[in-house]
Amino acid sequence: MIQRDENRYAGAKLGIWLFLFTEILLFGGLFLLYAAYLSQYPHEFASAGHEMQLAFGFANTLVLITSSMLAAMSLTAVQLREQRKALIMLGATIFCAIIFLVNKYFEWSSEINSGFYPNSPRLATGPMGEALYFSLYYLTTGLHGLHVLIGIVLLTLVSVKVSHGTIHAGNYVLLENSALYWHLVDLIWIFIFPLYYLVL
Amino acid sequence: MQHCDDLAHQKLSFWNDTGKTGISAWVFSTDHKRIGLLYLYSVLSFFLVAVTIGLLLKIELIAPGRTIMGPVTYNALFTVHGVLMIFLFIIPGFPGAFGNLVMPIQIGASDVAFPRLNLFSWWLYLIGAVTIIFSLFTGGGPPDTGWTFYVPFSVKTGTNVSLAVFGVFIVGFSSILTGINFVTTIHRLRADGMQWGRLPLFVWSVYATAWVQILATPVLGITLLLIVAERLLGTGLFDPARGGDPILYQHLFWIYSHPAVYIMILPGMGVISEIFPVFARKPIFGYKMIAFSSLAIAGAGSLVWAHHMFTSGMSDTAILVFSFLTFVVAIPSAIKVFNWVATLYKGSISLEAPMLFALSFILLFSIGGLTGLLQGAAATNIHVHDTQFVVGHFHYVIFGGAGFAFFSAMHYWLPKFYGRTYAEKPAVVAWGLLFVGFNITYFPMILLGLKGMPRRYYDYLPEFTHLNQLSTFGSWILATGLALMLVNLSRGLLKGEPIGRNPWGGATLEWTTQSPPVTENFEQEPVVTHGPYDFNGAGVP
Ligand code: HEM
Ligand SMILES: [Cu+2]
Repeated sequence: MIQRDENRYAGAKLGIWLFLFTEILLFGGLFLLYAAYLSQYPHEFASAGHEMQLAFGFANTLVLITSSMLAAMSLTAVQLREQRKALIMLGATIFCAIIFLVNKYFEWSSEINSGFYPNSPRLATGPMGEALYFSLYYLTTGLHGLHVLIGIVLLTLVSVKVSHGTIHAGNYVLLENSALYWHLVDLIWIFIFPLYYLVL
Repeated sequence: MQHCDDLAHQKLSFWNDTGKTGISAWVFSTDHKRIGLLYLYSVLSFFLVAVTIGLLLKIELIAPGRTIMGPVTYNALFTVHGVLMIFLFIIPGFPGAFGNLVMPIQIGASDVAFPRLNLFSWWLYLIGAVTIIFSLFTGGGPPDTGWTFYVPFSVKTGTNVSLAVFGVFIVGFSSILTGINFVTTIHRLRADGMQWGRLPLFVWSVYATAWVQILATPVLGITLLLIVAERLLGTGLFDPARGGDPILYQHLFWIYSHPAVYIMILPGMGVISEIFPVFARKPIFGYKMIAFSSLAIAGAGSLVWAHHMFTSGMSDTAILVFSFLTFVVAIPSAIKVFNWVATLYKGSISLEAPMLFALSFILLFSIGGLTGLLQGAAATNIHVHDTQFVVGHFHYVIFGGAGFAFFSAMHYWLPKFYGRTYAEKPAVVAWGLLFVGFNITYFPMILLGLKGMPRRYYDYLPEFTHLNQLSTFGSWILATGLALMLVNLSRGLLKGEPIGRNPWGGATLEWTTQSPPVTENFEQEPVVTHGPYDFNGAGVP
């Protein structure tokens, strides 16, 4: 019953993994709807998918993968007692995350300008499945974007702790867990990208 | 009851260990016992409000035609009653109150794995609850969709569905965090010698419940967000006019909400498994099978959601499969019942309040389970679907099952945490009133449903009058029993006789520590050398 350090660490790791499962399940509901409606409206989904701008999606994929790598590097840096380097890496991760959101903003704006958004007149008159495709697209990327935003807040908090030295080589579980969270955000995007931009 | 230890020798308990006093010593405490009591007080408050609404519904049904309210009010009230009972009382109630109070002590830990997260969960619960309450008085008025929020009505209605649904989402998030906390606690913080095979069965049930909380709740979360999106943005995902499919909503909803009934009932079964051995003074029969069946119920129970949708328009194959799987869940449930009965066989049974509640649990839960099978079979389901039969069935399971187990737990464990105990005679009388009142209230509903009276109607044909009157009359007995029970408990816990460490002669760890326990739960770190139901060995302190 004494909470030995090692035990604490293992507990924190177990906790975050369980939490990440619940995140996958949360998005799982949306992927389930995607699967169901894709099988119902394969042609409409394909034609709607062709409206997507691959460049935006591709750029965001690159940015996010890079940021995931940077987050992992910051963890290694902390373990090697290189506080400055860790801070730079974290800063770069956050920077990438912001780029991601900015990029998303331009992407959404351009799509909304072309009349693709839930309940838009253009989609209302089009074939049924296309409207569903765009609804799902906005919901999924919106929820994902929200996770990116939460990630930014979280990583900023972690950076402060690293700079104060509360996160250090002897105790880095918060950084490690935040990095894991960030990898999940990345991973979910890795599913969103092909489903909405590539396969259709 | 034994009064073994001298109260003067007690150390300061968790009630008065801190310098701080007043409310902030509670609402910012990270002690699992205080958090457990916070949950207890809050869930009981919502329970009482919801009971009052239930009684009003029954008064409306005392005679055909309009009695005290019109259809619009009735719709709002049964929705609020259902939402409060399900999302604010029974789902958070068991893990939040008794999971928190008892589980860490039973495994010999000094707290849960993430104490601050635990406090945060309670705050989330409260914020969600306040949001739900707020939704009743703002916007377009209380939601009138039923607690299931079925589309398309929940999208079309002008009432305040969005806010209510968002409140439920927050409460769900709290439930997930509690589940994560408990799984981690049980994995990491068991005392020396507390092997998996020595876990008390209540802990096993909390463990299984926690997994259901983790795995099922996110699906509810996304479903609820989809309703909000549908209402605010007009996404059309569930709107047939725009290509969407309302049946998909039902699938997503029940993928959570069927497993959720196991969040309600599994901890109750765990309580029963604790009480029977102690009050029959015999080791539990089939420890492994009971522990395993909790997991089996959680696992198999997650595959049967579509038995709520037999009449919604599914393929015949799907109906067959889901009907079959539903029957499969009856097997582990029956394993438990048989093991409990075998535990009682030839035991020296003492009929005190916790045991009376536990015994009546078996009967009421069995009636609930058997009426459940009637609905699991597609053919009979079509006959009773959306009738009062269903209302009778789920009250037998949730109220007669989970609710009575909750009351049993209150009598069994609360004296531990207050250090004082209730009066036995009024407790028995209250139990009698509850048991009799319960059956007079809900058995007529089963009959009414078989005769064809629909659910969620404020009015009915004259031929249903007598049974409805009987049921309403029963609800008054039920309410009297509840009032007596709560008064007796609160009086006793505040002013009653002090109890010693182990009033019931239990062999689980919570009885080895003083009543009320110290903040760290144990005066010395416990080392476990025997099983939880080993009454003969070093078992009973
Ligand atoms: C004194 C106690 C209670 C009384 C008098 C009562 C009475 C009622 C009544 C009259 C209805 C509406 C039936 C209809 O017209 O369809 C109802 C529905 C319901 N009750 Fe209770 N009930 C009580 C306790 C409970 C408890 C303890 C729970 C669960 C923990 C519960 C859960 C529900 C649910 C989920 C509904 C369905 C609401 C809906 O259809 O949306 N009730 N109850
Ligand atoms: Cu079900």
